[in-house]
Amino acid sequence: MSAVLDTHGQHDEHAHHPSGIMRWVTTTNHKDIGTMYLWFSFTMFIVGGIMALVIRTELFAPGMQIVDPDRFNAMTTYHGLIMVFGAIMPAFVGFANWLIPMQIGAPDMAFPRMNNLSFWLLPPAALLLIAAQFVPGGGAGVGWTMYAPLTVQAPMSMDLTIFAVHILGMSSIMGSINIITTIFNMRAPGMGMMRIPLFCWTWVITAFLLIAVMPVLAGAVTMTLTDRHFGTAFFNAAGGGDPVLYQHIFWFFGHPEVYIIAIPAFGVISQIIPAFSRKPLFGYTSMVYATASIAVLSFLVWAHHMYTVGMPVEAQLYFMYATVLIAVPTGVKVFNWVATIWRGSLTFETPMLFALGFLFLFTMGGFTGLVLSIVPIDVQLHDTYYVVAHFHYVMVAGALFSAFGGIYFWLPKWTGRMYNETLGKWHFWLSFIFFNVTFFVQHFLGLAGMPRRIPDYSLQFAEFNVISSIGAWGFGLAQILFLYIVVSTIRSGKPAEQRQWEGADSLEWTHLPSPPPYHSFETPPVLR
Amino acid sequence: MASNTHSAGHYYLPAPSKWPIVAATAMLLLGFGAAFTVNQMTVGYVLLAIGFAVLVYMLFGWFGTVARESESGVMNEQVDVSFRWGMSWFIFSEVMFFAAFFGALFYVRVFSAPWLADIEQRLLWPDYGGTWPTAGPAFKEQFTPIAAWGLPAINTLLLLTSGVTITFAHWALKENKRGALVGWLIATIALGVTFLFVQIYEYGHAYSDLNLKLSTGVFGSTFFMLTGFHGFHVTVGCIMLCAILGRSIAGHFKPEDHFGFEGVAWYWHFVDVVWLLLFILVYWL
Amino acid sequence: MSGKFVRAAAGLAMAASSAVAQAAYQLNLQEPASHIGERVHDLHTIILVICLAIFIGVFGVLGYSLYAHRKSKGHVAAQFHENTTVEVLWTVIPFVILVLMAWPATTTLLAMRDTTQPDITIKVTGYQWKWGYDYLKGDGEGISFLSNLATPHNQIYEQAPKGENYLLEVDNPLVVPVGRKIRVLTTGNDVIHAWYVPALAVKQDANPGFIRDAWFRADREGTYRGQCAELCGKDHAFMPIVVEVVSQEKYAAWVGEQKKKMAALAEDPNKTWDLAALAERGEKVYQANCVACHQPNGKGQPPAFPALSGSKLVNGPKADQIGLVLNGKQGTAMASFKQLSDVELAAVITYTRNSWANKTGEAVLPAEVTAARK
Ligand code: HEA
Ligand code: HEA
Ligand code: HEC
Ligand code: CUA
Ligand SMILES: [Cu+2]
Repeated sequence: MSAVLDTHGQHDEHAHHPSGIMRWVTTTNHKDIGTMYLWFSFTMFIVGGIMALVIRTELFAPGMQIVDPDRFNAMTTYHGLIMVFGAIMPAFVGFANWLIPMQIGAPDMAFPRMNNLSFWLLPPAALLLIAAQFVPGGGAGVGWTMYAPLTVQAPMSMDLTIFAVHILGMSSIMGSINIITTIFNMRAPGMGMMRIPLFCWTWVITAFLLIAVMPVLAGAVTMTLTDRHFGTAFFNAAGGGDPVLYQHIFWFFGHPEVYIIAIPAFGVISQIIPAFSRKPLFGYTSMVYATASIAVLSFLVWAHHMYTVGMPVEAQLYFMYATVLIAVPTGVKVFNWVATIWRGSLTFETPMLFALGFLFLFTMGGFTGLVLSIVPIDVQLHDTYYVVAHFHYVMVAGALFSAFGGIYFWLPKWTGRMYNETLGKWHFWLSFIFFNVTFFVQHFLGLAGMPRRIPDYSLQFAEFNVISSIGAWGFGLAQILFLYIVVSTIRSGKPAEQRQWEGADSLEWTHLPSPPPYHSFETPPVLR
Repeated sequence: MASNTHSAGHYYLPAPSKWPIVAATAMLLLGFGAAFTVNQMTVGYVLLAIGFAVLVYMLFGWFGTVARESESGVMNEQVDVSFRWGMSWFIFSEVMFFAAFFGALFYVRVFSAPWLADIEQRLLWPDYGGTWPTAGPAFKEQFTPIAAWGLPAINTLLLLTSGVTITFAHWALKENKRGALVGWLIATIALGVTFLFVQIYEYGHAYSDLNLKLSTGVFGSTFFMLTGFHGFHVTVGCIMLCAILGRSIAGHFKPEDHFGFEGVAWYWHFVDVVWLLLFILVYWL
Repeated sequence: MSGKFVRAAAGLAMAASSAVAQAAYQLNLQEPASHIGERVHDLHTIILVICLAIFIGVFGVLGYSLYAHRKSKGHVAAQFHENTTVEVLWTVIPFVILVLMAWPATTTLLAMRDTTQPDITIKVTGYQWKWGYDYLKGDGEGISFLSNLATPHNQIYEQAPKGENYLLEVDNPLVVPVGRKIRVLTTGNDVIHAWYVPALAVKQDANPGFIRDAWFRADREGTYRGQCAELCGKDHAFMPIVVEVVSQEKYAAWVGEQKKKMAALAEDPNKTWDLAALAERGEKVYQANCVACHQPNGKGQPPAFPALSGSKLVNGPKADQIGLVLNGKQGTAMASFKQLSDVELAAVITYTRNSWANKTGEAVLPAEVTAARK
């Protein structure tokens, strides 16, 4: 029937693919690009993680020990930026690249060359962020939220950061256009929109969010740039502007951004849980609608990050009501996962453990989010460690655990080899325990009033900080085990079966061998 | 496996390409170059210049490749639809970029300027009025905004007309009247370029006669950033129009298959609509 | 390098042992000292209990399933899915719960934001990195002072044992009477700060160029400590807030004392000062306002904060330096110091021009600053 058409189709098929490093540099293959995304993401995770360890080590005890305050603030800033834009987002784009063509029965992404560009824009952005640490004046200690007018006084590293954000934005937008077009236009015949795996749906919605909000972030940092260097007054009251305007624009991006991180994670979990429950997802349709509602609502709640800026009380009320509403569709998702597990036939391989860890801890993070969304409580807790605890529950135990689960789930498919189950379980339990040691106690710190983004604190906070810092080192070291597991799987894992997990039923498991061929589906699969 | 049949149902996959990495290199150079330049470091200008050269090289190379592929007919129906989706979402992202700046304008006009003049703020700004147009409480000089019904109105006319001429060009293409196609395209470009010259003239006027500058408080900021980014988009649009003009003269595009042309036309209409909003919200109201 | 390392290690060890010695393990919000604080405390308890109840419910079900429906116990998967009744229920019930939660939240918020009819109004200005207090209306009107961190440098850098109120102590606390409604107007001088006192349930951002307000009424006398809660640069961690709530009588006494102090401080700008007197006075002003950036030895912390010792500007024409210190420099951390008096400015400028490597031998007189202000 149909066949893959190469521009150099006249020649023998793959004869012209460069080898060695040039294979990766020039590739137009979604699997190669997915692999690069995932390794890039892990590298950035280590970089950001080392910054976290600097933070936690400085905070191990009251007093200033290892870094000066400016450097500490820079560590906080770039830890946040690198983890969000360098580690978590690229990880899920990596999953998207690997999985979407396979799950919808396509040979590749819609725009393979642009796909390559989306990836290769990341290293320049990462270089800018890293170089920012070494230019005169040091890294900009302004927080990942980059509030004006602190950014206006920041050293030149701020400009490197701004351009890094621009480049990251381009990368995300191109990546998203690619994903959305692929899913809309490259599905195999018979693969209707309501038949695509839930992971693909979550990416359609995430891509839409990205295209809508990354340009807004670009606008915000552009205004920061002109306020810094070209005399504009967007965020300067003396010229009629308002520092709070920056916050509105940033959070119009920023709140959807946190769902950009969470929604693909939901997608991965929605693939893993049915597989190990050996039971279809309880409510596919309601999951799709719930995810879409979360996305729509996420545009309407941004100012819950700004309850203390002094906006009119009516605005506070509106943003509070809108924010609590997000609990409804998120609840639908949680209940759906529980109902999927209910009366299944459960086994607990590593991916399932991570999925359950996700479910448990993400829900906890969701509840602390709900506590924060109540204005009078947030007035107490805003900019304290309670917030730090909240978002690490949803982003580390949420997004990162989901990514770990996804890696264990699909590694057999991608590499054709099986990881070591015992070590995988060790990785899970170490991560799970140390994660809680690190971040659970931060709730108490926040409640007692410890502000975030401080290199030194008063004595009443000492105990929990010691515990948290020990947890952080434990969590970090546990990730060495992960690296070892992945590398040894690739090198010497036992061969995996085509359908490694009996409960997995999307196309990559049912129609493609492990590892899959270079072009996923050279002929569209036959779907019943 | 590989075949040369071009009927629907076949997948089109481009071969490995060097252009993405060239583009990424350009962005690397431009990123560092721009950051150093705004800090008055000489190395910045050098990096910017090289980055820009690489960018231009890449644009010629990449779009040249796409145009050649398109003409050689390897792209099929599915690719065409993909391009349509891709271009639509790209334009949507541009809409959101402008939305950020329109949002800033809305916010300063409706919220921050009146707030700065309210009773509480008297402690800080004792004699501030807060009426639009404003350059803020600390701005003591006089400035005059540009009147809507002078040159801006003429510019509106120019751009709206260019929207019509590009549609004529499109009709001509569909009827395969190559001469008319080229003629209308040239007219569109001419209108676009005239628009740009009027805009430049107007900026000069604002700077030298009206005391209206980028640094004229928040009025200057929003005015120049919005119109400036729009002007930049018109410039890009004109370059794209020149590209399709060149291709039209070279005999590219078929009456039934010419997405390269349509994509540019969509973009041009988008730039048009943004201008209408600008005219109403920035100049007029 | 190695010296720094040893010091760091010693510090870590010292602090770790002291941590064990005085365990606090505070698990909840600080004990409220105002009515609003109590309402917030209760609201938090209510929301937390609701969340816990749902959490236990959901994970109770899940836990049972994980136990009972394992494959290893031979459980075979049921194949049900989609059930409209259940789906409607788990959408509607959470919604109802949320509405119930929103009710107490709304009433508390409305009470919290009602800043009308205060007894005393105080303007709170955030500076990098200290707080300024101006009593605008009510008892004590006209009092105005700056409040700096009082913890000595050597405690922070592990050269001395840390005191009880490490990092939460200031030279001049805010003093207010018990039982009175105090309205605070917050603003920032340079960047955004936030005025945060947990026990009084106040947190209000101090935005430069805008005035925003909040209020509190302390129910009990006592000392309440808080911190700046918005990242504001290098010393964000080092600008605490101390509020002393005292009886009405003590407050009256304090006001009297402050008024006297202010009168004594209100130096006659036309008094003739000589260089030595100015420089002596200037050193104090420098310690209070400039050391954070330019350092006690005038060497600064280049490149972020330039050295004043040997600086071209400091050794150049007087007018340039007066202008700079008076107006600050846009886009840098060097803020305007307009809030200092003419005498203080003249003194500090004189001091910088005649200290360290700077030997201009000239005095800058208060009158010159007065003239430059115009
Ligand atoms: C993955 C990222 C992610 C996710 C998913 C969320 C989810 C939520 N977040 Fe969070 N949040 C962040 C990342 C995220 N957040 C980050 C990064 C910050 C800090 C940024 C910064 O300042 O640096 C932040 C900060 C933040 C704040 C500001 C705090 C402050 O600075 O003062 C608030 C306030 O409203 C908030 C609220 C919420 C809410 C209500 C949800 C909801 O979506 C949660 C919904 C989920 C549930 C409620 C649980 C499941 C539901 C049920 C089981 C149904 C039944 C439940 C009920 C009826 C109650 N978040
Ligand atoms: C998804 C994003 C993400 C992730 C994964 C993490 C992961 C971690 N984060 Fe954080 N964090 C943020 C996003 C994230 N964070 C954001 C957005 C902020 C706000 C920033 C701001 O305020 O502006 C923040 C802020 C933040 C703070 C507050 C800082 C402050 O306010 O001053 C702290 C403090 O404890 C912290 C800690 C940690 C820790 C211990 C981890 C750990 O989970 C990290 C563990 C990982 C490693 C340690 C690396 C892996 C290690 C190895 C592979 C082995 C080691 C290798 C060698 C020895 C060579 N993070
Ligand atoms: C918040 C930090 C900060 C504080 C506090 C501060 N300065 Fe500065 N100061 C700076 C910075 C940053 C610059 C450099 C500005 C620039 O880039 O030109 C500067 C520059 C100066 C200069 C010019 C030096 C030169 O060679 O160009 C003088 C003089 C000066 N400050 C005096 C003072 C005095 C007097 C005080 C106290 C009343 C003070 N500063 C308090 C940050 C500070
Ligand atoms: Cu002032 Cu933080
Ligand atoms: Cu949010």
